[in-house]
Amino acid sequence: MIEKIRKDANKAPILRNAANKAPILRIEDGSFAYKGGPQILDGINLEVDRGEVLAILGPNGAGKTTLLRCMMDMLHWESGRTLLDGEDIRQIPASSLWRKMAYVPQARSAATSYTAFQTVLLGRSSRIGVFASPSDEDMLSAESAMKRLGIWELADKACHSISGGELQMVLIARAMAAEPELLVLDEPESNLDFKNQLIVLDAMSSLADEGVACVFNTHYPAHALQRADKSLLMNKGGMNIYGPTKFVVSEDDIRSIFGVNAIIGDFGDGRDGQVKSVVPVSIANEK
Amino acid sequence: MRVRRDGKLPIGWHVLLVLLPILVAIAALGIGRMSISPAEVFDVLTAKLLGNEPASSELVVKTVMQLRLPRILLAALVGAGLSVSGCAFQSLFANPLATPDTLGVASGASFGAALGILLGFNLVGVQMLGLLMGGVAVTLTWLAGSGRDKGGLSYIVLSGIMIGSLFSALVSFIKFAADEESQLPAITYWLMGGLDKANYKTLSLGAPVIIAGLLLFMLIRWRMNLLQLSDDEARASGINVGLLRAVTVVAATAITASCVSMCGQVGWVGLLIPHMCRMLFGNNHLSIVPSSLSLGAVFMIIVDTMARSISAAEIPVSILTAIIGAPFFIVLMRRSGGWRI
Repeated sequence: MIEKIRKDANKAPILRNAANKAPILRIEDGSFAYKGGPQILDGINLEVDRGEVLAILGPNGAGKTTLLRCMMDMLHWESGRTLLDGEDIRQIPASSLWRKMAYVPQARSAATSYTAFQTVLLGRSSRIGVFASPSDEDMLSAESAMKRLGIWELADKACHSISGGELQMVLIARAMAAEPELLVLDEPESNLDFKNQLIVLDAMSSLADEGVACVFNTHYPAHALQRADKSLLMNKGGMNIYGPTKFVVSEDDIRSIFGVNAIIGDFGDGRDGQVKSVVPVSIANEK
Repeated sequence: MRVRRDGKLPIGWHVLLVLLPILVAIAALGIGRMSISPAEVFDVLTAKLLGNEPASSELVVKTVMQLRLPRILLAALVGAGLSVSGCAFQSLFANPLATPDTLGVASGASFGAALGILLGFNLVGVQMLGLLMGGVAVTLTWLAGSGRDKGGLSYIVLSGIMIGSLFSALVSFIKFAADEESQLPAITYWLMGGLDKANYKTLSLGAPVIIAGLLLFMLIRWRMNLLQLSDDEARASGINVGLLRAVTVVAATAITASCVSMCGQVGWVGLLIPHMCRMLFGNNHLSIVPSSLSLGAVFMIIVDTMARSISAAEIPVSILTAIIGAPFFIVLMRRSGGWRI
């Protein structure tokens, strides 16, 4: 098992709005294997601050979703731990944990026939008593989460009748209704067309600008390059590379993680500014 | 109809859902071989309630208070109970076809109750055995039907059908073993489902469980919206959804078993009424739990009144619910969106 942690991982220029506070998320030496299976995650170390975006990048089957689930304590680390705001996640009671951290599942697994507004209101669950129903404050918070993401006009539509991109935005709004400091998104832009990908990624970037830490899974190195301050690259062999995106999402690392020769370049004609992207060229020869 | 954004019932429906069961019950108290006007029924009821001597003849008072009232109360409780537990099972399994019947709960409870009759238990014993076997049946259905592929709606229903037929076979075995002279007719007649044996004693034994279950579901009805979330989403809500699910399955099974032990297996109610409410009011449990409760009671009172007054001989109520329910349900199913929950 190879583990590469770039020395300058934590020297990247990042937005620190709380100077002396612990980072909102920190994983120390996380390892995990399913019972009887190979080591999927080995020696994961990472740190995300408020307002930062971390991309978890890798091919299918590399364990990206497993990592997210371990990170959120939905699966349990074999060794190592997750610290949320400096506190071991296993010590935090569920109701307060899920006010700090919110999870956005993949849209296709989450279509119900609740209206969008109702779905967003469910994000307030941890603040609503067992025998209570949502208060005016809960309603306002759900409304403002939807308005913030520009999807208020979907409020009365049933979730199974809106598009995949719209549903993904509704699920982000649901997570935001909990007023979290950390947002965890599982492949938020997969299965979406170009425009909806941009809408979802822009929503994530603007939440990060407002100080919310975001962790997202993705297949697309380009999205990591364009959106993430830091990246964690994982391959199927349990190897991982972590550091500031501009250092770790490189042509070399893409070859070793994805097995693909790719070119990273700047695109742009000067009108919409420059944008970095990754173009896959050929399948790399295994050595 | 316009569904309110906050998921609550429109105020007009609030009033209607409270008044409707009362009005239907008063009308039903007057219907039967001896026709009694609603005014007279009202007079007898208020007099009894206030402890006065009713102005009507003793025969009228006895018919209303001893014959019809317990039966109507039982019909209302069973209708409300089966509708609300059907609604809870649908949400629990995120499956529009999940009901006490399709999950095998009713068959399991029937088996328990028939076994209780065979062993000569009293009503409490019959009820407890019904509850136990209903619980066993739903657990088996859940174990058989929820594998890795939870996406397939048909899985749960298919395994429910299998478990249901297993328990039906066990019921047949009980019939086979039962004494032909006394027990077999009792079991067979009871299995057809009927409310004709209703009296205050049966009610006092079965009603508390149903009322407690209904009250619980009314209280946690907003939180029931979380039942349909996938496991990870449920976890991420910060609520102990495992506990919520366990409470829901125990309460819904207890209600079903109590209904079955009091009046046999009455089908269709748990499928029909919740779906009607979902179509009227949307899927928020804030409105579908109270509306299922009220409309289930109304439906059952009407059907049972028909069962006892259409012909000279009484028709078992489950035959009527199926005759009304099946075509009505096909109409609902063919309307777009009818299957979604």
